[in-house]
Amino acid sequence: MSRFLRLVARDLRLALRQGSDATIAVMFFVLCVVLFPFGVGPEPNILARIAAGVIWVAALLASLLSLERLFQTDYEDGSLELLSLSPLPLEAAVLAKTLAHWLVTGVPLIVAAPLLAVLLNMDAQGFGVLVLTLTLGTPILSLIGAIGAALTLGTRRGGVLLSLLILPLYIPVLIFGAGAIDAAINGLTPRPHLLLLAGILAAALPLAPWAGAAALRQAVE
Amino acid sequence: MPVFAGSELTCLRGDRLVFTGLEFRIAPGGALVLLGPNGSGKSSLLRVMAGLLKPLNGTLGWDGVSVADDPDAHRARVQYVGHLDAVKPVLTAAENLVFWAALAGAADPAANARAALDRLGVPHIAAVPGRYLSAGQKRRLNLARLLAAPATLWLLDEPTVALDRAAIALFEGLIAEHRARGGMVVLSTHTDIATPGGEELHLDEFAPYADEEAGDEDVGDEYEEEGAGP
Repeated sequence: MSRFLRLVARDLRLALRQGSDATIAVMFFVLCVVLFPFGVGPEPNILARIAAGVIWVAALLASLLSLERLFQTDYEDGSLELLSLSPLPLEAAVLAKTLAHWLVTGVPLIVAAPLLAVLLNMDAQGFGVLVLTLTLGTPILSLIGAIGAALTLGTRRGGVLLSLLILPLYIPVLIFGAGAIDAAINGLTPRPHLLLLAGILAAALPLAPWAGAAALRQAVE
Repeated sequence: MPVFAGSELTCLRGDRLVFTGLEFRIAPGGALVLLGPNGSGKSSLLRVMAGLLKPLNGTLGWDGVSVADDPDAHRARVQYVGHLDAVKPVLTAAENLVFWAALAGAADPAANARAALDRLGVPHIAAVPGRYLSAGQKRRLNLARLLAAPATLWLLDEPTVALDRAAIALFEGLIAEHRARGGMVVLSTHTDIATPGGEELHLDEFAPYADEEAGDEDVGDEYEEEGAGP
C-alpha cells in the first residue's frame, strides 16, 4: 500500500473511531435545510423555488464545521512535524488528508441531498443535476477549506477566522452549483455551469495542496 | 564515509537571536550531546538539523553536499523524536507505530513494529489504545519508532523524559548499537545519558554577544523616553 493511501486509511480510521465529524456534518446539513420551511412558511412553490440555493448554502456551512479540525489534532500532538519529515511530500499529505475529509464529510452530504430535495418539493428534473453538482462541488469545498485550515493553524479562535477567510472563496462554487440545478429545472442545459465547476475542481486539485503545504511549513516552524 | 556538519549556523526565533556562529561535525558512529540551560536553543538546533526550521544563516551539509539542495534525501535519513508524542488516542500502540513505519518506507511495517515494541520491553501494550498509555509508555512507543523505521541520523530532543531507570539503561544500549552500525545520534538532555566517546556541544558558547543585548536595551530606553515625552 502506498504512503498516500496509508495516510488516507489512517485518517478514515481515526474518523470512524471518533465517529463525531461525519455525523455532525450531515446532521447539521439536514437540520439547517429543515429550518427553512419553518422560517419562510410551508408554501410548496416558494420552497421549490429556493430549494437549490438552500441545499447548496447548507452544504457550504456543513463542510465548514469540521474543517477547523483537519490539521488541528495532528498539529497539537506533533504528528504534523513527523508528517512533514516523512518521505511523503507534504503536498501529497495535504491531498491525502483532504481526500479523507471529503470521504467522511462530503460524501454523506451527497447521499442526504436528494432526500432534502424531496422535502423542499424540488422539481424532480433537478435531482440528477443536484447530485452531480454536489459530487463536483464538495471536493472543491474540502480543497479550498484545507488552505484555510492550514493558514489558521495555531491561531486562537481559528474556526471563526477560517469561516471569514474561506466563505468568500466558496461563492463561485455556490453560484455555479445552484445555477446548474436552476437551469435543469427550467428546462435549460446545466452543461456550462457543470463545466465551470469541473474547471474550478481541476484548478483546485493541484493548487490547494500546494498552498496548504506551504502554510503548514510555516505552522510547524 | 558520510559526515553531517553545520557551519556558521544562526537561528532566530521570533525576534530573538537564539544562537549564532554555531559549528558542529558528526562522523559515522558519532554522538553529539547538546548541553545548555533552558532557552539556549537545544530544541531549535535539533529542529534546524531536522529541516523543520530554516536557519537564518549558515549551512548544513551531508557529505559536503548542502542539505538545503536535496531536502527529500535528508528527510529519508532522519528520525526525529521531539517533545510531543504524536500518539493518536483512538489508535492502538501497534497501529500508531505501524503507520509511522509504513510512512517511512519499511518493507514489513507490522513485523518491524512488533519487534520494536519487544525491544523496548513493552510488547504487552501493542493492543492498548493510545489514550490508556502512561507518559512513560508513550515515550517508549515513540522511541520504538527509531527501530521500526531505521534511519541513519537520530535527532532526539530530551528522549529520556518520563522514562524509568531501566528504560534509560535500555535506551543507552540502543544508542550504542545504532552507533556501532555506523549511525549518528544528536541528543539534548538534562539528565545523564551515557554516550561513550560522544562529543559535547555547549550551546551557551554560541549565544549572541552580550553587548548586542545591551544595545537592545538602549533602544528600549529611547522608546520609553519618547513615549514619556508628551
